[in-house]
Amino acid sequence: MRARLLGTLGPLLALIAACLFFATRSDRFLTADNLSIVLQQVMVVGVIAIGQTLVILTAGVDLSCGSVMALGGIVMTKLAVEHQLPVPLAIAAGVAATTSFGAINGLLVTRLRLPPFIVTLGTLNIAFAITQLYSNAQTITDVPAGLTTLGNAFQVGGSSVVYGALLMLALYAVAAFALSQTAAGRHVYAVGNNPEGARLTGIATQRVLLGVYMLAGVCYGLAALLSVARTGVGDPNAGQAENLEAITAVVVGGTSLFGGRGLVLSSLVGALIVGVFRNGLTLMGVSSVYQMLVTGVLVILAVATDQFSRRVAERGEK
Amino acid sequence: MTARMVLEAKGIVKHFGHITALDGTDFELRASEILGIIGDNGAGKSTLIKTLSGAVVPDRGEIFVDGERVHFRAPSDARRAGIETLYQELAVAPALSIVENLFLGRELRRSGFLGNVLRMLDRRRMLAESTAYMQELGIGVRSMKQAVETLSGGQRQGVAVARSAAFARHVVIMDEPTAALGVKEGNLVLDLIRRVRDRGLSVVLISHNMPHVFEVADRIHVARLGRRVALLDPKRVSMSDAVAVMTGALNPGQLPA
Amino acid sequence: MLLRVALIVALFVVPSLAYGQPVIGLITKTSTNPFFVKMREGAEAAAKSNGARLISGSGKNDGDNVGQVTALENMIAAGAKVILITPNDSKAIVPSISKARAKGILVIALDSPTDPVDASDALFATDNYRAGTLIGRYARAALGAKPARIATIDLFPGHPVGAQRHNGFLKGFGLRAPEASVNTLGTAPEVVCMADSYGDQTRGQTAMENCLQKNPDINVVYTINEPSAAGAYKALKAKGKEKSVVLVSVDGGCQGVRDVASGAIAATAQQYPVKMAELGVAAGLAFIKTGKKPSGYTDTGVSLIAKTKVSGVESKDVATGLELCFGRK
Repeated sequence: MRARLLGTLGPLLALIAACLFFATRSDRFLTADNLSIVLQQVMVVGVIAIGQTLVILTAGVDLSCGSVMALGGIVMTKLAVEHQLPVPLAIAAGVAATTSFGAINGLLVTRLRLPPFIVTLGTLNIAFAITQLYSNAQTITDVPAGLTTLGNAFQVGGSSVVYGALLMLALYAVAAFALSQTAAGRHVYAVGNNPEGARLTGIATQRVLLGVYMLAGVCYGLAALLSVARTGVGDPNAGQAENLEAITAVVVGGTSLFGGRGLVLSSLVGALIVGVFRNGLTLMGVSSVYQMLVTGVLVILAVATDQFSRRVAERGEK
Repeated sequence: MTARMVLEAKGIVKHFGHITALDGTDFELRASEILGIIGDNGAGKSTLIKTLSGAVVPDRGEIFVDGERVHFRAPSDARRAGIETLYQELAVAPALSIVENLFLGRELRRSGFLGNVLRMLDRRRMLAESTAYMQELGIGVRSMKQAVETLSGGQRQGVAVARSAAFARHVVIMDEPTAALGVKEGNLVLDLIRRVRDRGLSVVLISHNMPHVFEVADRIHVARLGRRVALLDPKRVSMSDAVAVMTGALNPGQLPA
Repeated sequence: MLLRVALIVALFVVPSLAYGQPVIGLITKTSTNPFFVKMREGAEAAAKSNGARLISGSGKNDGDNVGQVTALENMIAAGAKVILITPNDSKAIVPSISKARAKGILVIALDSPTDPVDASDALFATDNYRAGTLIGRYARAALGAKPARIATIDLFPGHPVGAQRHNGFLKGFGLRAPEASVNTLGTAPEVVCMADSYGDQTRGQTAMENCLQKNPDINVVYTINEPSAAGAYKALKAKGKEKSVVLVSVDGGCQGVRDVASGAIAATAQQYPVKMAELGVAAGLAFIKTGKKPSGYTDTGVSLIAKTKVSGVESKDVATGLELCFGRK
């Protein structure tokens, strides 16, 4: 049990250690203002990471997450700006678009039994192409205020908190509850841990998988809304970094790529770690090349720790 | 004294393409009995089990549960009729806890708003009931919350047996439950099987392990070439005779019934 | 009988007459970036009006070398005598270009050089160093006498265009700067923050936010291109600094020029993809007709687009910028 705890708490300790380190290197790091900025910078990938966690818990992976998010953003903004659709409808359409992509991913994985890596590699390119074509590769500007409200902030004790960040935290709470306190959530873990065994116990594994990919799509749609709110535009080139960064957040947070293990809240920690390093290194004046180096090392450390804690747990508790 | 017939099958036929897996086999299982099924490879043991558990639908023949005719189209139909099956490849999720595995697919929800709307699990009740099942069956573990992968092979098998026994109302079917277990753990599982029978359930036990079958079975169903060729009493027939019937070397008519 | 012969001859001769058209290939970095869309349109028009056929291809995304190698091989097979290319990876494309040149095909680099530069027959490109210098001079003049606190929102480490624009900016601003041939980013005491945007709007915003956290008193911002400038502007606006900071950029796309018109960007250096395409097609046709190869580097021109003129720096107005821009007008 202790080794399991290490696997879960490890990333949190790493995050705290990183914060303390940067606090010593720059007196601007630990200010409420700066931390609020980091939270804003992390909120888009944070929400994408919720969907990605669900997929990775089933021993899958979704490489298309960022590109699908970009598509959702373009659909929302184009409908609102060029077709004057009311904002709630535009948002719904955007989320519907991303959820459909989630359904496509899920159906290809469950019905055709194609490996998720390959499927989402394909949908990554398809989503990117559709986004470019639908937007004519142009950024959509003059976006109505309704779409950007989540980018607005309110004051809390001297610093501003963006509404979008609150939405992200709320989504994490919902996801954490569903995964740990409902049968459907436990089934996600069972399917990832032993898919055949889960089927034999009577769990509708195909439905669970399809549901997971579609829910991930919903997350990408909500992330699109947050992205539009943050930047104020519909950008067809958004999300390129998030395709891999969301997976990084989940892995660095401690969730196992082999499925069946991990907590969704860890992905928030993972996303924060990446954001904190990016912010901290810039405050220190260090080149962004070192960010890549640090991220790479963190990923390997995270996977190694996961393997180590599992092996110790298996040996120690017999 | 004719015991109640809990599960019965007559003239089951099943073809897979050109292969005849079951050639009009019969089957009967009494209440509170352990029935061992032995047979060579290709005798049709697994297929027979699968028709009884709903995993395979027979081409011809009838199945009766408690004297009533049933048609199983899917494993869930058999489960609803009170028949639980323990498969050879264990259907447990190693990373999940014992409690979660025991209730996998059949989780208990809290009452009221929390349970019905939020669909929240009743972990306390599941823990209490799991502890009770495991204690009743005499399976010792350190903590019900520990992950199944931290258990030994015998304990894992015990969890799977406990799950079947907990939810079965009539029959527990076990496919090679002591395979890949050491001597001590194998005996633990046999003990478990006896306790399951003593709780009032009937157990169907497929096994290649002749000593185990003879030790625990009340009767032995011998399968050969897709049919039941004999129903033997282990107290009156020797192991070597049973094997001979199984391979066709001995005619069952020559044995005391 | 004669009719039949005539028909058969016609069936063979007519198509081969069409196939007698000189074939020019154009390979861009991507097919969707409006900069390259405009370049392709310019090349198609120039080819058509000169009786040549243009076939085009591209990489899948910025940095995709393999896609360009494939396009190159396909164009050689299709009989292209001239290939114009904007290389995604200036080093990695060289072996494929050498193979083409060994077959007698003329290869001209557009917009970005190969590494080494003479791996291609000629280069028609924006002088990115000069583009940076122009906006550097503008920024210095626009800032006035105030001490400069500069943030540079760059591309990513190691990219020649990123380095040229950045270093040219420093030079134009009056600071000590590396030469145009250097691929690393120069620094100066006045440069208080350098962050990478990878050329995209969201990451430009993040980069600017972090720089503002580091130095809230930044008053000049150089950006690698207009999308990252748009992101930087959003960050500046969130902190109420958009009026007190001089923000400059490079590209001259229509959205960027609109941002200059609205005051978000103070000045941008406009480059001319159509000019690159036209010069490339013309040089290619000359090669096909006379065998004469172009050589060396030809500057395709860059102009400063600004709303407000500043003394000592020549600039064109927004209306002109809008006429000449690429992208959706």
